[in-house]
Amino acid sequence: MAEYALEINNLQKVYDNNVVALKGINLKVQKGDFYALLGPNGAGKSSTIGIIGSLVTKSAGKVSVFGNDIDTDLNKAKSMLGVVSQEINFSQFEKVLDIVVTQAGFYGIPKSIAMPKVENILKRLSLWDKRNDQARTLSGGYKRRLMIAKALIHEPQLLILDEPTAGVDIELRREMWSFLKEINKNGTTIILTTHYLEEAEQLCRNIGIIDKGTIVANTSMKDLLGTLNVQGFVFDLDQPLEEAPVIEGFPLKLEDPLTLVAAVNKDRSINALFSELTKLNIKIKSMRNEANRLEELFIEMVNANEN
Amino acid sequence: MKTNFNVTVSLWTLTVKEVRRFLRIWVQTLVPPAVTMSLYFVIFGSLIGPRIGSMDGFDYIQYMIPGLIMLSVITNSYNNVVSSFYSVKFQKSIEELLISPMPNWTILLGFVLGGVCRGVLIGIIVFGVSLLFYPDFTVANPLLTVTVLFLTSILFSLMGFINAVFADSFDDISIIPTFILTPLIYLGGVFYSINILPDVWRSVSMANPMLYVVNTFREGMLGVSDVSISFSLGMIITFILVLSVSCLYLLKKGTGIRQ
Ligand SMILES: Nc1ncnc2c1ncn2[C@@H]1O[C@H](COP(=O)(O)OP(=O)(O)OP(=O)(O)O)[C@@H](O)[C@H]1O
Ligand SMILES: [Mg+2]
Repeated sequence: MAEYALEINNLQKVYDNNVVALKGINLKVQKGDFYALLGPNGAGKSSTIGIIGSLVTKSAGKVSVFGNDIDTDLNKAKSMLGVVSQEINFSQFEKVLDIVVTQAGFYGIPKSIAMPKVENILKRLSLWDKRNDQARTLSGGYKRRLMIAKALIHEPQLLILDEPTAGVDIELRREMWSFLKEINKNGTTIILTTHYLEEAEQLCRNIGIIDKGTIVANTSMKDLLGTLNVQGFVFDLDQPLEEAPVIEGFPLKLEDPLTLVAAVNKDRSINALFSELTKLNIKIKSMRNEANRLEELFIEMVNANEN
Repeated sequence: MKTNFNVTVSLWTLTVKEVRRFLRIWVQTLVPPAVTMSLYFVIFGSLIGPRIGSMDGFDYIQYMIPGLIMLSVITNSYNNVVSSFYSVKFQKSIEELLISPMPNWTILLGFVLGGVCRGVLIGIIVFGVSLLFYPDFTVANPLLTVTVLFLTSILFSLMGFINAVFADSFDDISIIPTFILTPLIYLGGVFYSINILPDVWRSVSMANPMLYVVNTFREGMLGVSDVSISFSLGMIITFILVLSVSCLYLLKKGTGIRQ
């Protein structure tokens, strides 16, 4: 049996207009994982997903789904893979039920066998009552659900979702999260892209960050959040300083003569910092939290890639 | 690991989807040919026809029937595939096919069968309409008639498919039917026998591929033709083979389908 649900080696993509979308990325996603692929607009997330789903041709490199190379075992790879594309890709004039039954048919599942599955999945996604509606009459959030229903109809072991919650309201998003968590718990490996870092934090165990066609980070959510155990505090000073004081265990940075920024490890008491500052006769007018968490880190990593 | 993928089911699914599409919009797809052809029969058959007299020994309206059926079959088969496949591309629902394990030949065949169903159905409708105007019509060679009906429908469905593959806008799917297909059909002996033309134009007409399709069908329905039947059938089948191979090549390359 294959070791990974998805393995990508040196994947490159140059579009016909000479845009280099992927510059040789490597990615491994473990079986049963819940993986977030993050990156700014135009980073290459959808290109990567398109190649995995054979909607986009690759320029070079290898992709395998549960050990099935898409160059040699494409059909096996396809039967194990479900993809929810970023853009709506069903015929707007067909009925919800027909769309899902047809997608099952394309996977070779006859209608009689597909029907109970379709009913089950449409019910779970609260689409059953709308099964006879024309797809174009669905609201944006329900269109997303229909995309998910389509991608799951052949019971894939790897589900890839390209920004499934973009433009979805908070309630629906939380519903979708618990749905995805559940199917992940039942054994489906999930990869998703999102611009909501909170979403990645809520759902995913591992995380890859892609920027300008290269992977700039590939780590576990735990480790990533671990680096966030350092909290930033901003002190507004009473008197200007010429340079940042040096205090053991508390890295300090002078942003401007009246603003001092401290990185405080979560397991250290901020009281200690105060008493050290008082010792040095530095008076603090006010203090606030540096807005950071994941977003800050994300921007840092992406910015580091600028150079 | 089990992957007993069922090709028949996927082909059936696509074909049914294609047929359902043109039936759903029957006002756009099935009614217009019936209306237009009724007008042709009224004007050229009943009103002007008697003044024209006979053509190749047949009443003019009778002579016109096979031509008008072919005209409808050709345009409808072509249009069905070109508009369906283009809109599948345009709406991105082609991804539903590409993501599935369906082999390319079933994708092509599914669309062609959709075009053939519409072409043949339209052929039957127009024939039905013509019987209203000329109830005594008898088909000379039913086997040849049906064979040519199907072959023509297949041929022009394939052409429509190629058009859709290369189309980048809605303009691109109407340019060829309007500026190439329709003139060639009208000048391809739908309304007249090329025997009535001056020598020069008769020779020019011989280079029009539509002439062979229309005349082979007329041979089936009336038993008269301006061209050799075996040559025509051979050419039609050759073209079907060449176009099928081309379509499969385009699908494999992903032209206009996969970036
Ligand atoms: N069909 C195409 N033809 C040409 N260039 C393309 C095409 N699709 C994408 N690109 C380019 O490839 C690069 C990567 O795009 P991609 O869609 O993979 O980014 P993304 O990470 O999914 O971005 P987003 O977060 O905005 O969805 C971009 O520069 C984009 O302009
Ligand atoms: Mg994208």
